[in-house]
Amino acid sequence: MHNFDFAKPTTIADAAKALAADGAQALSGGQTLIPTMKQRLAAPGVLVSLTGIAEMQGVCIGDGGLHIGAATPHAVVAKEAKAHYPALADLAGGIGDPAVRSRGTIGGSVANNDPAACYPSAVLASGATVVTNKRKIAADDYFQGLFTTALEEGEFITEVVFPIPQRAAYVKFNQPASRFALTGVFVAKFADGVRVAVTGAGNDGVFRWTEAEAALSANFSAAVISGLTVDPSGMNTDLHGSAAYRANLVKVLTGRAVTAAG
Amino acid sequence: MPKDHGIGASTKRREDVRFLTGRGVYTDDMALHGQTAAVFVRSNVAHGRIKSINTAKAAAMPGVLAIFTGEDFKDVGGNPAGWLINSRDGTPMREPKRPVLAHGKVRHVGDAYAAVIAETVAQAKDAAEQLAEDSVIEELPAIVDMKQAVADPSNRVHDEIPDNLCFDWGWIEDNRAAVDAAMKAAPHVVTLNLVNNRLVPNAMEPRASIGEYNPGTGDYKLTTTSQNPHLTRLLVSAFVLGIPENKLTVVAPDVGGGFGSKIYHYGEEALVLAAAKKLGRPVRWTAERSESFLTDAHGRDHVTKIELGCTKDGEILAIRTETLANVGAYLSNFSTATPTFLHGTLMSGPYKVPHVYVNVKTVFTNTAPVDAYRGAGRPEATYSLERVIDKMCRELGLDPFEVRRKNLLTPDQFPYQSPVGLLYDTGNYQATLDKAVQMADVVGFEKRAAESKARGKLRGMGLSTWIEACGIAPSNLVGILGSRVGLYDAATVRVNATGNISVMVGAHSHGQGHETVFAQIVAEKLGIPDSSVEIVHGDTSKIPFGMGSYGSRSLAVCGTAMTKAVDKIIAKGKKIAAHMLEAAEGDISFEDGKFQVAGTDKAKTFGEIAFSAYVPHNYPLETLEPGLEETAFYDPANFTYPAGAYICEVEVDEGTGKVDVVAFHCADDFGNVMNPMIVEGQVHGGVGQGIGQALCEFTAYDETGQLLTGSYMDYPMPRAEDVPFYNVDYSCQTPCTHNPLGVKGCGEAGAIGSPPAVINAVIDALQRGGHTHVTHIDMPVSPSRVWSAING
Repeated sequence: MHNFDFAKPTTIADAAKALAADGAQALSGGQTLIPTMKQRLAAPGVLVSLTGIAEMQGVCIGDGGLHIGAATPHAVVAKEAKAHYPALADLAGGIGDPAVRSRGTIGGSVANNDPAACYPSAVLASGATVVTNKRKIAADDYFQGLFTTALEEGEFITEVVFPIPQRAAYVKFNQPASRFALTGVFVAKFADGVRVAVTGAGNDGVFRWTEAEAALSANFSAAVISGLTVDPSGMNTDLHGSAAYRANLVKVLTGRAVTAAG
Repeated sequence: MPKDHGIGASTKRREDVRFLTGRGVYTDDMALHGQTAAVFVRSNVAHGRIKSINTAKAAAMPGVLAIFTGEDFKDVGGNPAGWLINSRDGTPMREPKRPVLAHGKVRHVGDAYAAVIAETVAQAKDAAEQLAEDSVIEELPAIVDMKQAVADPSNRVHDEIPDNLCFDWGWIEDNRAAVDAAMKAAPHVVTLNLVNNRLVPNAMEPRASIGEYNPGTGDYKLTTTSQNPHLTRLLVSAFVLGIPENKLTVVAPDVGGGFGSKIYHYGEEALVLAAAKKLGRPVRWTAERSESFLTDAHGRDHVTKIELGCTKDGEILAIRTETLANVGAYLSNFSTATPTFLHGTLMSGPYKVPHVYVNVKTVFTNTAPVDAYRGAGRPEATYSLERVIDKMCRELGLDPFEVRRKNLLTPDQFPYQSPVGLLYDTGNYQATLDKAVQMADVVGFEKRAAESKARGKLRGMGLSTWIEACGIAPSNLVGILGSRVGLYDAATVRVNATGNISVMVGAHSHGQGHETVFAQIVAEKLGIPDSSVEIVHGDTSKIPFGMGSYGSRSLAVCGTAMTKAVDKIIAKGKKIAAHMLEAAEGDISFEDGKFQVAGTDKAKTFGEIAFSAYVPHNYPLETLEPGLEETAFYDPANFTYPAGAYICEVEVDEGTGKVDVVAFHCADDFGNVMNPMIVEGQVHGGVGQGIGQALCEFTAYDETGQLLTGSYMDYPMPRAEDVPFYNVDYSCQTPCTHNPLGVKGCGEAGAIGSPPAVINAVIDALQRGGHTHVTHIDMPVSPSRVWSAING
């Protein structure tokens, strides 16, 4: 790891100021950034920690649904979202291991947009709003490909607001080594329709499976999934699974998520 | 009542107090006055010619004290292979030099070609990055695939080795024609092509070494993560650096696992010694995990075709194998023994097979060196054999349990001379099979399978009956087989004046629990409490000699040396007692810690004898030496032959291809058991590693020789959720006939017997589920592979 300066502001305004500095890099739970720095693959001059800002912490019900502060660790979401949005709490409780869940944050995960991360599927399937220090971004506009988001230079997530569905479930199939999602499917049933978001499988990161959404909006039952097909051409191939295998997982796990959602 | 101390008691591991409370002392824990840090500059290409290394800029960087390149070691020796194997045509194997630092060429990603010594690790890393930038390495095409390496001799890992072959070994070559004839005449022949997947050892503690040199005395000290400190001293002294053995101390302190990878001497150890001499300061190096992936000796990596000739009712008539075994870029110390004498000699398993022939071609590639990993050769043999027998049963519609019973050796056939060179001393393979069948409730399987089916899962059951050759020794036999070292062991038992005991043993414990078990044995024999015995290991300046711990040898070989030294203590004690009690030596008996004149109540306690040995007032010094300390070396008459039967049950999720091991039953024959709790723990660990190999672990290089599974993001280790609660039994005991403890060794059994049981169970599940086209899936049977096999 190379040397760096460290700042830990206590307000969003101070954080924005600190991040304007040359070579500054936002640090949340550090579950991706710190290992990258240890491997000397990243060497930011200044780390600006976002974990000391009180208004970016915590889980509460508010306008538009469940508000989760961007610097809230997964373990806290797993506990505190349980009563309001059990599927989201389950997802948070299944990320990594206890150490990762105690440090890693929702904001960090959503900002990094790792194509195998769990949270992006919940954000997209819930039609959540990503709130930053500058604006509000709809989930459908936010995710823009592998490790790519709508966030601009100097912009950072302050909270994520989740509309709460009638029923929902997240089913993840672990990559055997990292235990990230080899494929994960989040199904959310709202009064006005069903949203299905898939992580881990797509070439471009998290995506919505619109055919399944249409079929499930008409009839929310696992049986309707068996009549659908998933085109492998948009799927990722790596050491742990071919595109065809991932296409199969999308279908199988969607069916299981529907069943789990009840 | 089970015993609560001594031999046979499940005494809790005394070493766990320090391990579990953070008080263990590992190499990297040691802070030394004036210490410096070494960082290695490693090749990022698999195969390349070193054109130039410009050290000027790096040398001028802050904190940099010295820089070494291959040029600095070109005139010293190389790290040798410990076994000389001859090819079928009688020519000796090809032995390229394995230098301290790569010189001329780099031959695998991670091959170190320079080292930087600096005041701090950060400074050394900065300079190492600079040095890498200032080095010109011309990349050459990488040789990764073994078949291609042999087929295309235009590209060579070692310029002087024309076909990338180390040797082409036939075992036993004289039997080849008879085996071919038997195979031809067999009513049925089963053929199976399989891969024994390459594994990264993944010891919890990465390798680490500290070199020290005292200019005042000329003494060197190497503190290092070794399973085998005396071998390291021997190799550094006699082959690599030429430091006299009496001027070099090698210490292996607490070591956090090895699984084989820390048996060997590595270049980093030589480098820190040479650097310490140059600087007159301690030089330390600790591998980062990515270095462990790239440079620890890997395991397995065989590509095998096995053929089995049999009658239509499943009597095995002949076995013939052809294997390509990867040795990687250089010959690691045991790398030539592992695919040959630890593999070919086991190819008749626990069965009476009249004709067996094994051919192994060992291939150099631009990958990390490959060497012994828990089980070493024997898992490869067992896997090939148990898989092909399972395939035979399916092809002929035979019951796998009955086929084993038909072919297993029977107790009256021991000692049994196998057709591949081993003399099995004792065993009862039916007993362990019967036990496993009972433990696994085989008759209740259909009911469990129906219950699984109701939950949407396919259930399968797999069997493996296996044997291993352990207690790696004896010198005369391994000498005939090509070993360049002896494989005995040694121990010194020192009775202190106050009656407690220090035992210096050649075996090295890096997690096994020797400090507990060895003390139980000494205490039992001397009739004193376990707590009066201390076990000292891992320091060449303290222990007489040793050949380390691997091959399930510690108890059978070193434990026997220790037992013999204790016998000498008792004999000496009798002499002392005879003097003290004014009786004839022949009249003294020793029992329950007391030396007694037979037929009288005249006696001396062990403590009184010890005290007298060190306070020898009135000793007849002409005939009785003061002191009470004895050393024994022990070289056994034969290998030991643990054996057993393992039954695995799996559930397969057809939708995702995921395999869950839901039950695992082990009926082992380890001979006599010294500490049942530790034996169970060894079996748990071994089976866990075997399940890891079967379900998860694999090592992938791309066509340019880059390691794709170079971190835990891509190298799948088994976790607690991947293994079931094990059902372990060791009550079937046929004690080893040639060591006094009657022990056979248990460290590798689990890793040897379990992989075929898992794969046989998976194939069984798929066949029962109607996927009858699936007759084999190579390990690991990962979800995607199983799904592809089902849907392929």
